[in-house]
Amino acid sequence: MATEAMALSQTDKAPARGAAGLHRFANPARFSRLSARLLPWTAALAVGLIALGLYLALFVAPADYQQGQSVRIMFVHVPSAWMALFCYSFMALASAVGLIWRHPLADLAAKATAPVGALFTFTALLTGSLWGKPMWGTWWVWDARLTSVLVLFFLYLGYMALWQAFDDDAKAARAAAILALVGAVNVPIIKFSVDWWNTLHQPASVLRLDGPAIHASMLWPLVVMTLGFTCYFATVLLLGLRAELNERRARILRQRALSRL
Amino acid sequence: MDSIGAFFAMSGYAAYIWPAFAVTLGLMAGLAFWTRRRLKASERLLAALEAEAAAAEGGADRTDGSEAQA
Repeated sequence: MATEAMALSQTDKAPARGAAGLHRFANPARFSRLSARLLPWTAALAVGLIALGLYLALFVAPADYQQGQSVRIMFVHVPSAWMALFCYSFMALASAVGLIWRHPLADLAAKATAPVGALFTFTALLTGSLWGKPMWGTWWVWDARLTSVLVLFFLYLGYMALWQAFDDDAKAARAAAILALVGAVNVPIIKFSVDWWNTLHQPASVLRLDGPAIHASMLWPLVVMTLGFTCYFATVLLLGLRAELNERRARILRQRALSRL
Repeated sequence: MDSIGAFFAMSGYAAYIWPAFAVTLGLMAGLAFWTRRRLKASERLLAALEAEAAAAEGGADRTDGSEAQA
């Protein structure tokens, strides 16, 4: 416990004032206990909600009068796209907290979020193509929405690559955080691309100022799948964050062992 | 029987719908299990390093004592 606190204090010279509430979880032992308690719940909720969402999406939701059964792809495409944006926003926020307040867990939380966000961006693009081919007649088009989501995918990859590019953890965290924050401008661009530009991709039907424009029989599966995907994100984040903390402690112990030789 | 076939055929869109669901859920499951494996590996590594560190500190204490006596 004491060695962890010492190791942390070396990277955390400025105590977090603004993040005072979160600072309680800076202690890795406390986070370890909290995440151990949360994980079974987030995992169970993820599985349950996704299973329910799949049932609703495949058996309860009606076929679309124009798109037929292909509209069911919406129930993996839209939640993936929402999660892609949510994860990036979370990653950017965690990066900002890490940069400004030097909260010890923040950088690692951002790092642990990236693979999930990249995965959802990829599945959004893939399922979008699989939906676009029968509906639009094309796998791909360089409109504002698709192009900006592709840029998001590259931002995720670049972010993960930056973490690997430095030997020093603190330098890597800084560089990655800056990329995350600079790239954050892409999030509103993606969201409003269908309004600002003339896109093949359809405009928003759910998250709009006038409220959802789709029927409850399609809205509910969408909501349930999204909640399930969110619980999945929480699960993978907690698992990954625990792993990152262990690996960082292992690096510190290894350095200490080397200095003993 | 026919309705199950009809369900899987998805009015001709099967080639698009099923890969979309399968790849999405498959990748999600894959990432979850890979992350969990990485966590288990990190726990094993950390346990080994902590045991080694504890043993090294224990040995250092004994060495100091015997040097003082010598």
